[in-house]
Amino acid sequence: MGPLWLLALIAGLSFFGFVLGHWKSVVLSGKARGALAARPGYYGAYVLIWTAIPALLILVALSVGRPFLIEHTVRVNLPAQVLTNAQQLSLEVSGVEQVAAGLKLVTPEELEDIRIGVVAARSVFARHGLPLGEDVKPYQLMAAGTLNLVSDGLDTAIDAAVVAALAFGLIFAFVRVKPRLRARNLVENTILALMIAASSVAILTTVGIVLSLLFQALQFFSMVSPANFYLGTVWDPRFAAAGSTESGQFGFLPLFWGTLYISFFAMLVAVPIGLYSAIYMAEYAGSKVRSTAKPLIEILAGIPTIVYGFFALTTVGPLIRDYVALPLGLGTSGNNVLTAGLVMGIMIIPYVSSLSDDIITAVPRSLRDGSLALGATRSETTRLVILPAALPGVVGAVLLAMSRAIGETMIVVLAAGVAARASLNPFEEMTTITVKIVNQLTGDLEFTSPQTLVAFALGLTLFVITLGLNVLALTIVRKYREQYE
Amino acid sequence: MTEAASHLPASRLGGSDIRTISKVDVGLKRRYAAERRFRAFGLAAVTIAICFLAVLFGSIIGRGYTAFQQTRITMMVDFDAGIIAPDGDRTSAAVMSGDSFRFDDLIAASLQRTLELDPNDEDGLYDGLDLLSKGSAPLLRTMIAKDPSLIGTKRTVDFYATGDVDAFVKGSIRADIPESQRLIKDKHIALIDRLEKEKALHLAFNTGLFTNGASTRPEMAGVGVALVGSLYMMLVVLALSLPLGVAGSIYLEEFAPKNRWTDVIEVNINNLAAVPSIVYGLLGLAVFINFAHLPRSASLVGGLVLTLTTLPTIIIATRAALKAVPPSIREAGLGVGASKMQTVFHHVLPLAMPGVLTGTIIGLAHALGETAPLLMIGMKAFIVDYPTTPFDPATALPTQIYMWATEPERAFSERTSAAIIVLLVFLLAMNSIAIVLRRAFERRW
Repeated sequence: MGPLWLLALIAGLSFFGFVLGHWKSVVLSGKARGALAARPGYYGAYVLIWTAIPALLILVALSVGRPFLIEHTVRVNLPAQVLTNAQQLSLEVSGVEQVAAGLKLVTPEELEDIRIGVVAARSVFARHGLPLGEDVKPYQLMAAGTLNLVSDGLDTAIDAAVVAALAFGLIFAFVRVKPRLRARNLVENTILALMIAASSVAILTTVGIVLSLLFQALQFFSMVSPANFYLGTVWDPRFAAAGSTESGQFGFLPLFWGTLYISFFAMLVAVPIGLYSAIYMAEYAGSKVRSTAKPLIEILAGIPTIVYGFFALTTVGPLIRDYVALPLGLGTSGNNVLTAGLVMGIMIIPYVSSLSDDIITAVPRSLRDGSLALGATRSETTRLVILPAALPGVVGAVLLAMSRAIGETMIVVLAAGVAARASLNPFEEMTTITVKIVNQLTGDLEFTSPQTLVAFALGLTLFVITLGLNVLALTIVRKYREQYE
Repeated sequence: MTEAASHLPASRLGGSDIRTISKVDVGLKRRYAAERRFRAFGLAAVTIAICFLAVLFGSIIGRGYTAFQQTRITMMVDFDAGIIAPDGDRTSAAVMSGDSFRFDDLIAASLQRTLELDPNDEDGLYDGLDLLSKGSAPLLRTMIAKDPSLIGTKRTVDFYATGDVDAFVKGSIRADIPESQRLIKDKHIALIDRLEKEKALHLAFNTGLFTNGASTRPEMAGVGVALVGSLYMMLVVLALSLPLGVAGSIYLEEFAPKNRWTDVIEVNINNLAAVPSIVYGLLGLAVFINFAHLPRSASLVGGLVLTLTTLPTIIIATRAALKAVPPSIREAGLGVGASKMQTVFHHVLPLAMPGVLTGTIIGLAHALGETAPLLMIGMKAFIVDYPTTPFDPATALPTQIYMWATEPERAFSERTSAAIIVLLVFLLAMNSIAIVLRRAFERRW
């Protein structure tokens, strides 16, 4: 049975368990409903929980463990000479898996022919629509046979374990349903435990991000020293050819410069426009203008970034190249820092404007009234009283927008280019941390080569930078809110 | 206000007041000008932001709307049994196997008939075949394999024209530029005119855009597989993030004691909402693919990663909705003897549900447009066949857009914009549902 069938079985039996529990409690209590310690539905839920949860736990645990067991079997069955290094091993494992898939396709007679060596396994597999890159070696055939046996056995074992858990849970809980059983407390405690588990998923995600990035990044730093990475000025990773020892240069600085330079242009667009529109919305606009313009601007934040990327690639990039860069003789590429920065700036406008708007509106009315009563104009009030009062919050909003800009991926992937260079000319191609993460992780992945692992080191750096900005921004905003509450 | 002060009768003011007022009067004009400037800047900023939005939509729609129509060439095809099944075997397997050139022969024959070409005019025939998509023969083959009873009959078949012909018919390749720079030559234009006169060449609604999978030929490429992949991912996201998000936020909002630990969770969730999405992609690659050995490019993995990215959004929205339910509801429930759990599930949660659903839909809309994490887990493969389960390799709408955006051909650019329009329509629909929900069920306490 596949996992989907097992899930369906669990769902069906759990429902059945609910009905049984409900029915038994009603029958046992007879006419005297008051004798029950909880309402009948709770007895149903009690049986349901006992049926579903153990079975689900077993299913998840075994499904997660399955690939490890299978890989272990393959490894045990391979001869020692192919187990020389980790790269070779992963190739061998996938080779055996292919042969195993092929063995499932052939008929018993063909299998017999292959075994006694009358025909080559490769040609038989090809006839069944599975072309292999090279001839099948005898030890691969052996390992694949064992693999199939083990994986079939494992599947049967998972099925059996789940069915046993279902049956045990259902019967156990059904037997325990008695009028004096305090079903409601038991059910509520289970639900509470499940809710606690759900709320800790957020923590688990953070831990997962940190651990997975750290683990792979440390592997990278064991090959390339952190000093060479963070202080290097040349980015030239070369290609990850299998078995090559040449590793190239991984200089972080040009990527960091590109990221900062593009973000700088983005902020140059977003901060004035966002801040001025926030001020206009909060201080000048009537409720009608506000209720149409505000959602319109916020649409900008809801558009997927791939759309901005395409817009930059096809519309803004060529425009800047043909009308600005070429006449000035500063650049010839449609992919440039200015394009990426400009379009990213448009995307970030609502992040600046919405939060600033909230913050400006939160400045107490009394400050505004006091200033106006002294004879200041609205703009003077805004510039000299409200903005200074709102400044920490506005700085927080700008920092949050900055962290968005640094972590933005799709716009720069499509519009900024791939050349890692540090220059001041905004009409040149430059590249960012996120672009290089994407570049290094497309194509065949070798989790042992620095060319792949560098992406995790870049990711870790990016995570730390954006986290720092976010924590700073959120602390500032929070402090500010407390000041006026 | 300052204006009013300056017009007070002078007789009621002392000498120093008059001096102050004249001082104010001197600067007044300048200050009013500054006021007007400031206000104009604000209005300009709002206008510029809205203009950006208009230009963005205008440029995408202007590029993409033509892709919803496509040039077809309709021809009578003689399914000659002697060519299709020379050995008399008419089963689907026999049609699918063997030489595919025989289907090219069928197409050539019907083209000669439609254009009334001299059978010996080979150049004319090849020029005519240039107009037809190179995917026509495989199309014909699958058509016959699906229904072998067609063999021996005559039918009209709608063929796709090539991307260049399509662009010419729609006017994006113009006839007035020099022939050497044009992708469509003069001889082809003559043939297109002839086909139009015969009513064989026409524009039709582009159903293939919605049903086809990946293809190297722009005229045969569609977002069908991507749509199914995105649908599977949204189902996974909905099935996981709604229960997890709601359960987590109920605990944090209603049950959790206020202590260090819940503070940590709180700060943590706010920070997770601002982590760049590409980092989630790295997490997915390291944990789900490299560690747990889930299949690459599968929509299940995509759904899992997107669940993690949307969870903070849903938790934040749900907590806001729960907070908005007044404490009197809880007190009333507890007062009549309900347990805390009963109060929450029977009264508080149903009242907060519109807010929860609105937040969930907005979270889903974000997830639907998310691209970078999907690139990390390999959902940018060339996939022709529909995935049958979430475990099969698939692409998603945004990654399909990314793949097409990097193709150089004009026809792909048109399709990219069309795919973006499809994506934006979905997002618009989801956001409208969220707004309608909020309007319909919003309650002010």
